[in-house]
Amino acid sequence: MSTQTLDEQYYAQLLQLQQYDFALVELTLFLDTHPNDMQALQQFNQLAQQRRQCAQQFEQQYGPLLQFGQSYSRYPWQWAQQPWPWQV
Amino acid sequence: MWIYEKKLQYPVRVSKCDPRMAKFLAEQYGGADGELAAALRYLNQRYTIPDQVIGLLTDIGTEEFAHLEMIATMIYKLTKDATPKQLEEAGLGAHFASHDSALFYNNAAGVPWTAAYIQAKGDPLADLYEDIAAEEKARATYQWLIDMTDDVDLQDSLKFLREREVVHAMRFKEAVQLIVDDREQKKVY
Repeated sequence: MSTQTLDEQYYAQLLQLQQYDFALVELTLFLDTHPNDMQALQQFNQLAQQRRQCAQQFEQQYGPLLQFGQSYSRYPWQWAQQPWPWQV
Repeated sequence: MWIYEKKLQYPVRVSKCDPRMAKFLAEQYGGADGELAAALRYLNQRYTIPDQVIGLLTDIGTEEFAHLEMIATMIYKLTKDATPKQLEEAGLGAHFASHDSALFYNNAAGVPWTAAYIQAKGDPLADLYEDIAAEEKARATYQWLIDMTDDVDLQDSLKFLREREVVHAMRFKEAVQLIVDDREQKKVY
């Protein structure tokens, strides 16, 4: 990842993931105080599925987002490579 | 346990080197109503809060760490190209003498973070009212910070954080209502 130049596509894909996550954080907190809202729950599960696909695509191109075995790595170990979130 | 995710919750961009703003932003990093205080306050209170509110405290406490990382990113980006002289002119001379350009958990006036900023009373309503107040105070601080800069990129990220405080306060108010309703229901039976 360090040798890879961060193109416009990187920022676009990252933003898309952040948009999914924003909706999911909102729905999570809402469901914490409205556990019986079926519509919100359906939206949550649907977006969670779409988010997973989006994250998978991002990781294939730009490396793992999670660690402790929650994401895969190519050789050599990608996790410790730049960039870290505050470097982009 | 917690899993770190290698991305920010919301993009952080700055349009110039501005150590003066970095100094003010420390209020939300290591200040009384800042993101560190918020995360530690909620994640500590959750062990003794009624069951129906544990999820909310866990999730908001976790989100606060994402906000802490956003504030850290702002401070880092605003100071990374500053010379010692520029830091000194921005009022960060004392900070530089002790920390170089490293971040530190102190408020805008340089006072180190202390656990005395946060409380855990074991009384669910007392704890939740503190949490609501903390969110409202943080929202006000974000407004003052937005007013103090003309950097539209920085303002954009600060506005996102200001709105999160509004949502958190709303959810905490709903949590108060859940507990009050639960108590009244128990009285009926």
